[in-house]
Amino acid sequence: MEATIEVSGLHKQFGPVKALDGMTFTVQPGQVTGFVGPNGAGKSTTMRVILGLDRPDDGTAAIGGRAYHELKHPLRTVGSLLDAAALQPGRSARNHLRWLACSQKLPAKRVDEVIALAGLDSASRRRAGGYSLGMRQRLGLAAAMLGDPPVLMLDEPFNGLDPEGIYWIRTFLRDLAARGRTVLVSSHLMSELEDTADHLVVVGRGRVIADTSVATLITAASDGRVTLRTTARAEATAVLTHAGATVTTVGPDELIISHLSAERAVVLLTENAIGFSEISAHRASLEEAYMELTRESVEFRGEPS
Amino acid sequence: MTELLRSEWIKFRSVRGLVIGLLLIPILTAGLSVLTASGSQCGWGYQTPSGQQESGGCSAPTGPGGELVQDTFYFAHQPLTGDGSITVRMTGLASSALQPWAKSGIIIKANTVPGSAYAAMMVTGAHGVRMEWDYTQDTAGMPGGVSAATPRWLRLIRAGDTITGYDSADGTHWTKVGTATLAGLPATVQAGMFAATPSDQVTANSSAAIIATGTFDHVSIAGNGTGGTWAGTFVNSGPPNPPGQSGPGGFQQTSTGFTVNGQGDIAPDVPGNNDSTGTPISHALNGVFVGLIVVIVVGAIFITAEYRRGMIRTTFAATPARGKVLAAKAIVLGSLTFVAALIGCAIAIPLASHQLRNGGNVVDPLTALTWLRVVIGTAAVFAAIAVLALALGAIFRRGAAAVSTAIVLIVVPYFLAIALPNLPTVLSDWLMRITPTAAMAVQQTIPRYPQVPAPYGPSWGFFPLSPLAGFAVLCAWTGGALWLAAWLLDRRDA
Repeated sequence: MEATIEVSGLHKQFGPVKALDGMTFTVQPGQVTGFVGPNGAGKSTTMRVILGLDRPDDGTAAIGGRAYHELKHPLRTVGSLLDAAALQPGRSARNHLRWLACSQKLPAKRVDEVIALAGLDSASRRRAGGYSLGMRQRLGLAAAMLGDPPVLMLDEPFNGLDPEGIYWIRTFLRDLAARGRTVLVSSHLMSELEDTADHLVVVGRGRVIADTSVATLITAASDGRVTLRTTARAEATAVLTHAGATVTTVGPDELIISHLSAERAVVLLTENAIGFSEISAHRASLEEAYMELTRESVEFRGEPS
Repeated sequence: MTELLRSEWIKFRSVRGLVIGLLLIPILTAGLSVLTASGSQCGWGYQTPSGQQESGGCSAPTGPGGELVQDTFYFAHQPLTGDGSITVRMTGLASSALQPWAKSGIIIKANTVPGSAYAAMMVTGAHGVRMEWDYTQDTAGMPGGVSAATPRWLRLIRAGDTITGYDSADGTHWTKVGTATLAGLPATVQAGMFAATPSDQVTANSSAAIIATGTFDHVSIAGNGTGGTWAGTFVNSGPPNPPGQSGPGGFQQTSTGFTVNGQGDIAPDVPGNNDSTGTPISHALNGVFVGLIVVIVVGAIFITAEYRRGMIRTTFAATPARGKVLAAKAIVLGSLTFVAALIGCAIAIPLASHQLRNGGNVVDPLTALTWLRVVIGTAAVFAAIAVLALALGAIFRRGAAAVSTAIVLIVVPYFLAIALPNLPTVLSDWLMRITPTAAMAVQQTIPRYPQVPAPYGPSWGFFPLSPLAGFAVLCAWTGGALWLAAWLLDRRDA
């Protein structure tokens, strides 16, 4: 099957709160798609609608053209991790996976396979109530992988993970995407998706703000700016401003120049005998690009000081 | 569906609290049944003239049908071998406090041993002429009371095993009241006059000994062996008389006929009746009350625990058909609690009955089939109540709300109606008609007898509905709650 996730015109109201307001996007196989937005932007609600858990007021969500509830053994098509803490504390990881496997008519050996995959072997017979958040995330991921699904959907999988865990998930997700699977990962921290996501669906206030590849987004946000490292900050600023550039100080010896090419800046600095240690085209971080995009739609922003 | 059942079974057995709860069902049901049975005492005691204390447990004979009976009355009798008849005219039935079911008349009885087969024609305090036989059978004859002005002629004719009763207002025009077939009636039987009255049920002053006096004339008895002198016997199924004391009652020959004085009753033993010594089988299952609380908690948390942890989303993501999940849970829960309760009841009844007997109580005997119905029926009640609690859990999504609702619906009516014998029967009967507790009717083993006054309330093992109808009321509750739960599950966001 064509394992895309298609979300179209979702609307959902929770009392006075408009959780989804025309959410529309498609997630393609073969890449990791980041699903980002501030808290309350509608990411989790969208995922619940895709999984048939919440009923939208309007709009549709489909997996490869079929509604979730039409899938016979849905975990064989869509693996999902919504809330790693959603576990019966008294039940061991193995038993948790066993009932899930059973409900999907999956063989018992699949349970052992995903336990090994998630690196839970030593803890699999212990009560899940005693697990650290990182171990719960691993168990949640094991559960999502149980049906070996072509589509994987994870809500905030990096929460509570140590650097090693974060690295493990990133590698794991990139690997899955490389093998042609559809991977949708939500996060409210853009930096978590740096080096992981190939594509981004940025949302705010229940709708899509940007649906773009990471490369395009960063290029747009970088906007031809130049980073200059120099000890003679004041002189450099004077000379470059005189030439028509906008100069922003970002550190004790670091300036960002806009509206002036790097070549022209080098010529000007050399002519005025101003020393510099580095000059380069500025590459915006994903975080910056994201801030740029969501400036208008951040709902819970602190008061400007 | 099989995979869902297995899946829910794995869920159930991997939560320690649920497994412990399941085990507690038979342990508490049987344990508390035995414990409360141990506290129940029944007996008699008196001091002999030499100052010795004598005592013993209660006893009650069984009638030809196997049921417990009361068979206490005064009997003026003659032997009768083979076919024959007895005819009398009665002109009075008197008592210091005439009971509606005070009775006096003529009787043909296999022998004078309490519990033996008989057939009798009698006048009663307030129910006219009756023909009764073998304790449980009762047929109305002429209505109205008996007096010198309105005498009642009574006649019994024996032909083999068959005894036919007649009544008449004038001794000329006879009406057949009924025909009793007493299987295995011996060739020689005792025939004669009797009198008995239950203790005072009208003013509830049970300690007052009352005697009923029947007045007879135109006494004629025909058949082989008759014609000799009348013998008097105090037939007694109750506590023994102290030695040297004759039993209450007696008979006198007067210038015109006889008077017979007697107390007691010839009737089935009905728990709750003032003169009853029998204990209904439901009293061997008093622990059911606590077992039900446990089963409610287990049933409710089987689903509310999933809501509490948000695991219900995992469940519904795995199986989007939510009604099927609910059905699978109901089947798994129902089967497990059925087996647990079955074990509990099967242990409780023999052990608690043993304890009851040790305390001198007489436990109503059960046929194997009735025993099975009580045990299987009670286990089925547990299962249906567990599923009702599950449905409430799905409706409320919170353990505390589901459990307290189930307790108000089930345990409170049960406690009010069954554990409190002083609640008016009208009220407890209504509770037992409309609440899920109606299903406790599966424990009713003793029929109601119009000829035996008793409260016939749930605390004595009598329920307003038949076992099947009572269970149907519970099933309606469970089915309705399941339907509502399934509807809400489909409608609500998980």
